[in-house]
Amino acid sequence: MFSTVVVMGEVIKEYILYVDPTRCLGCRACEIACAVEHSVTKNIYTAILETPKPKPRAAVIPVDTLRVPTQCRHCENAPCMAVCPTGAISKTDEGFIVIDETKCIGCEMCVVVCPFGHPIFDIERKVVIKCDGCVERFREGKVPACVEACPTGALMFGRIEEIVKLVRTERAKPFLYEVAYLIPELRAKIPPVKIPVSPLSKLLEMYKPVKWY
Amino acid sequence: MAEGEVVRVITKERYLLIKVPIEEVSINPAIKELLEKAEREGIETVFHRFLLQQPQCGFGLLGICCRNCNMGPCRIDPFGYGPKRGNCGATADTIVARNLLRMIAAGAAAHGDHCREVAIVLKLAAEGKAPYKIKDTKKLIAVAKTLGIPEPEKKKPEEVAKEVAEIVLRDFGKQDEEPMRVTLGYAPDARKRVWTKLGVMPRAADREIVEIMHRTHVGVDADPLNLLLQGVRCSISDGWGTSLMATEMQDILFGTPKPVTTEANLGVLKEDTVNIIVHGHVPVLSEKIVEAATSKEMLKLAEEVGAKGITVAGMCCTGNEVLMRRGIPPAGNFLMQEFAVITGAVEAMVVDYQCIMPSLPDVAACYHTKIITTMPIAKIPGAIHIEFHPEKADEVAREIVRVAVENFKNRVKEKVHIPKYKMKVVAGFSVEAIVEALGGTVEPLVKLLRDGTIYGIVGIVGCNNPKVRHNYSHVTLAKELIKNNVLVVGTGCWALAAAMHGLLRPEAAELAGDKLRAVCEKLKIPPCLHMGSCVDCSRILNALKALSEALGVDIPDLPVAGSAPEWMSEKAVSIGTYFVASGVFVHLGTVPPVLGSPLVTKILTEDVEKYLGGKFYVEPDPRKAAKTILEVIEEKRRRLHWPY
Repeated sequence: MFSTVVVMGEVIKEYILYVDPTRCLGCRACEIACAVEHSVTKNIYTAILETPKPKPRAAVIPVDTLRVPTQCRHCENAPCMAVCPTGAISKTDEGFIVIDETKCIGCEMCVVVCPFGHPIFDIERKVVIKCDGCVERFREGKVPACVEACPTGALMFGRIEEIVKLVRTERAKPFLYEVAYLIPELRAKIPPVKIPVSPLSKLLEMYKPVKWY
Repeated sequence: MAEGEVVRVITKERYLLIKVPIEEVSINPAIKELLEKAEREGIETVFHRFLLQQPQCGFGLLGICCRNCNMGPCRIDPFGYGPKRGNCGATADTIVARNLLRMIAAGAAAHGDHCREVAIVLKLAAEGKAPYKIKDTKKLIAVAKTLGIPEPEKKKPEEVAKEVAEIVLRDFGKQDEEPMRVTLGYAPDARKRVWTKLGVMPRAADREIVEIMHRTHVGVDADPLNLLLQGVRCSISDGWGTSLMATEMQDILFGTPKPVTTEANLGVLKEDTVNIIVHGHVPVLSEKIVEAATSKEMLKLAEEVGAKGITVAGMCCTGNEVLMRRGIPPAGNFLMQEFAVITGAVEAMVVDYQCIMPSLPDVAACYHTKIITTMPIAKIPGAIHIEFHPEKADEVAREIVRVAVENFKNRVKEKVHIPKYKMKVVAGFSVEAIVEALGGTVEPLVKLLRDGTIYGIVGIVGCNNPKVRHNYSHVTLAKELIKNNVLVVGTGCWALAAAMHGLLRPEAAELAGDKLRAVCEKLKIPPCLHMGSCVDCSRILNALKALSEALGVDIPDLPVAGSAPEWMSEKAVSIGTYFVASGVFVHLGTVPPVLGSPLVTKILTEDVEKYLGGKFYVEPDPRKAAKTILEVIEEKRRRLHWPY
């Protein structure tokens, strides 16, 4: 079970949804999983038949030769929450920013102020929808649907300190090799770290001279 | 705002979700004008759909997605952290090889069915059961001799034609282990030796395709090299088998192409005539449409509906077929098919199969244009189906043309916009025509190659692909090569691109290097020679054979190369493979889905050269590609001890 941290009466975010665009292949499995998770039947085979249609909140954005999976960042000081005129946007006990669709009037001010352009307007239900951090799954001890669906591990979810430690260790490894390289006796012992370069980026880079879009 | 307009804007169907950068998408000015029109009218085109598909799935792009069984779909993580094998245990190497093989099978199947149809028509014509004539008896005799029919000149043409058709049809379904008779007859001896040693001589056209489908079934062939060898075998059954005989039999039925002059691009459509577009691949249909459209009966009907005649224009390969033999003007290549409809000036687009976009009826719904499908295997929801049977060819063709002519009165003048772009084109360079232009033998060409006046010969073929700027790579590559005195030949949608951008005119010799220009001016030919449709890539194979035999070398020794700068179809995979199998260095301008397996990529781009003499080279940038191709040719010239 994940626990929450309360500091001076206010809920502080303890978790991070970590995104590594260099590992994203643009398969958009996260989008499908998100839509299915936010459907009524929560089953891929029946979700596609529902009305209104379930819509993904996660989005994979192509940027140059990278694919960037995006969700809500669940900001500590959320601009969307500050600007919502009906108070439909609030922070849950766990620190996730969620929209109460019964209070949403569809003014889309949150769409305007979000620094990541995350919320979208659902044409069928005429309210704004956004990533809710899969708060119900969180309460059952599971990771968000998009994280579970990602086949390359481009998305990670966990305690901020643990994930940062993981990332720092990975990023420090090349330094270790560089330091060892300076000492000839160590050079042979420590193998060079291969920083995986996305094969997708290499492929997309090849098209640049003839790209029109 | 009028009420009608408001409704149009909010209707789901006519609501464009995305806009296309009109200046960048194509180098064809006709496309720019028609894209503006399309967006004004809320019509979605292939370019809009392409943008909406982004980002495309990286697993698919890398070829490491497998859907061959219901344990799947499986994906291999190319970063090495996630699954390294699919559920059945297949590695990335196996999955990529299997996927590539299925592409070859589909491409070979398309060419195979095309050849089968022509063979059946040839047989029916010979038996007097279908209204087709044997037009080129000289070619018939040459083909019969190559296939080993004894003394064909002493028999009646109908008898020989029937025998040729039966030999071809037998080569589809025979069940013994002997190589296909067509391959045995046509392929150069040196190549046959190489292929026999590797065990890739094709046994029967349908069998090689079936074997691919079997080998790629779950739990059959998992060895990437073994799989790729079968892919090679199947592609040879296409290039030196079905595609080749399709070309030969089409020459017999409809005439071997000779140089012909006409115009190309959408400007060939006329405001005051009935416009019919033939699109697809098989001249068995398009030749009859042209005949019907030029018949007195139909021209009279056209006059009655107020048209000043009937214009037939071609698109894609069937457009190339009627261009090569009858000088019918081509309106455009693969990516332009919807735009032909968007001109609002087309009464009917008559299609058979391959490369027909299923979106055509959707686009045509905004205009009076009728999309007419003709083949039982190729129907499209929203189109009209008038089924074509070779036995009733003349009646069906007349019926189709009648439907088109009567549709003329439904044309809405306000919606018509024909971009005024058209370019002179000289086409019709079959091997026979080239040899005739040279004076009867290939010796003059050999001499020009040997002394370096013609540095080398490059065959450019293939489709269009929205992944790259439309026609840009086709035209840029050709221009760079002719600048360096390389003679360019080609087929398919490349040839249509070259035509629309002026490279198939004798005047284009101005863009060529001095030596090549002199040759073109002397022989009165363009620096780029149109050799036909996609099955006519086999004409290039026959030309390579003639050159290799004249020089007494094998094809890998020739200073030649091939390129498909904007390929997209599975047919192109089969064609690329059979050129590599024939010993040619093949450049690809769009990346095939193989990079997910470094092993398969290495086999295709390096190792295969040791065994077959040819290899693949992937480079979307046409300038870089031109440079590399020139280096390859230089090396081949050096090895022949020719000046480089």
